Amino acid sequence: MADLYDVRGLRLSLADMTRKPLFGAAPRLEILKGLDFTIPQGAVMGIVGGSGSGKSTLGRVLVRLLEPSGGSVRFDGVDITHLDEAALRPLRRRFQMIFQDPMSSLNPRHRVGTLIAEPLKLHGFDDVAGRVARALDHVGLPAGFAARYPHELSGGQRQRVGIARAIALEPDFILADEIVSGLDVSSQAQVLNLLEGLVRELGLTLAFISHDLSVIRRLCSRVMVLHHGVIVEDRATADLFDSPQAAYTRELLDAIPLPDPDQVWA
Amino acid sequence: MSYLEIDRLSVRLRGGGPLLRQVSLTVAAGEVRGLVGESGAGKSMIGKAVLGILPRSTEITAGRIVLDGVDLLTLPPAERRRRIGATCALIPQDPLTALNPSRRIGPQITDRLVDILGWPRVRAEARARELLAEVYIPDPERVMRSYPHELSGGMRQRILIASAFAAEPKLIVADEPTTALDVTVQKQILKLIKEMQERHGTALLFVTHDLGVVSKVCQSLSVLYAGLVVEDCAVRDFFRAPGHAYSAALLAATPKYTDAVASLTPVPDTVIAAVRAEVAAADRRMSHG
Repeated sequence: MADLYDVRGLRLSLADMTRKPLFGAAPRLEILKGLDFTIPQGAVMGIVGGSGSGKSTLGRVLVRLLEPSGGSVRFDGVDITHLDEAALRPLRRRFQMIFQDPMSSLNPRHRVGTLIAEPLKLHGFDDVAGRVARALDHVGLPAGFAARYPHELSGGQRQRVGIARAIALEPDFILADEIVSGLDVSSQAQVLNLLEGLVRELGLTLAFISHDLSVIRRLCSRVMVLHHGVIVEDRATADLFDSPQAAYTRELLDAIPLPDPDQVWA
Repeated sequence: MSYLEIDRLSVRLRGGGPLLRQVSLTVAAGEVRGLVGESGAGKSMIGKAVLGILPRSTEITAGRIVLDGVDLLTLPPAERRRRIGATCALIPQDPLTALNPSRRIGPQITDRLVDILGWPRVRAEARARELLAEVYIPDPERVMRSYPHELSGGMRQRILIASAFAAEPKLIVADEPTTALDVTVQKQILKLIKEMQERHGTALLFVTHDLGVVSKVCQSLSVLYAGLVVEDCAVRDFFRAPGHAYSAALLAATPKYTDAVASLTPVPDTVIAAVRAEVAAADRRMSHG
């Protein structure tokens, strides 16, 4: 299948303000150090790594919330590496993002219905009310939830609203950044099952950022392991778990405490 | 003989509903008891009740907290605080908010020893250096002069562990001590807590939502739902055959990277309904005395 994303030699550096001298420019801190990868249409790509590995930064480059300082990012054949805001606007509908903490990404003063409707209006959709209702239905929330405020929902329900808001725009690609790490295991299982169903049903391509390899194995078809801004492994999920190649991947796997008192955890 | 015994402890929101429902559990010297449950189940609340740091919006309505043979709840407040301060310690969840950002590490460890236990400062500083070395901090001298922001998350958590063990407490409450850390760092920190706990023979109350962590650290386990202990068992028994439908459902919802296509089952509605009925029954018992 065709590649939705084609990323070549991606580099990103940011100013290191903690080491900025009183006068003059701050030194540059290299976050992403030349990444090459593709995300095929319809893939569920897991992106894992420790804190500071650059996984969230990479995600933000994919949806162009950050501009790369080198290399190229092609989305569905279009070079979006250095596109300006005006040129990006029509594309933005096609790549959406779901955030880690729905409590801070959903405006507490808006009702759920408004939260889902706003981006639809922004992108000039017709039949906004009908689309909001269908989006809620897709994520398994009753239509009555449109009248509720975020604080009236549980963590799992709020995360469903985040998902509804993303899929309402009928995007090609969704970036999910640590979206289940704040949830209890039961809500986590529900949200993962939901995402899996939606990917199949709506033909989405998904990048799923997580630090939890158990969750990645459950959901993803392909896994990319990042370490200090470099891809150390990028393979099909089953291969990666059966025979991890990179030392860092093995270290990550060995560190996971399995719910099993007989696991050797040396 | 249990070092800590909690007997039918009930806590409620002032002017509101129950938060803990007749919770009973024991922790022996050298034992690690896990407290698990979903968010809002009351697992942190138990630790706070023991340490006497429940929020002002809550109150203890019934029960006993017996520490080393003495019921803390019958003591005058000042005596209770003195006793808890001298024998218990906390390892908190977030090492960044638990440390004062504007003070150096050294005094943050020694203050407690000097102010509460009345140690001479020189002795407290020597003890702090010794402890930092014990938690594998290279160059303790330099770290004691550092500010929290100069250290990594794992380093900061090591410091809080050292600080918790500083006064040789008999009981430590660890409240989700590794939730904010990376898996690789989490492993180091868990091993460190376990090693320190074993060496010092401390009783440990370990609050977590991660059953994987429980299986590595704890010997006994209390599973909570809505402030009710639904299962109290040995950890080995729990993973072999959970004794309660809710515990079994929690275990089934926990992902394991070793299972290729294990589909995750959320806790079924029937199980939730059953455990809620148990909670309601407990409330009826409580109101009838």
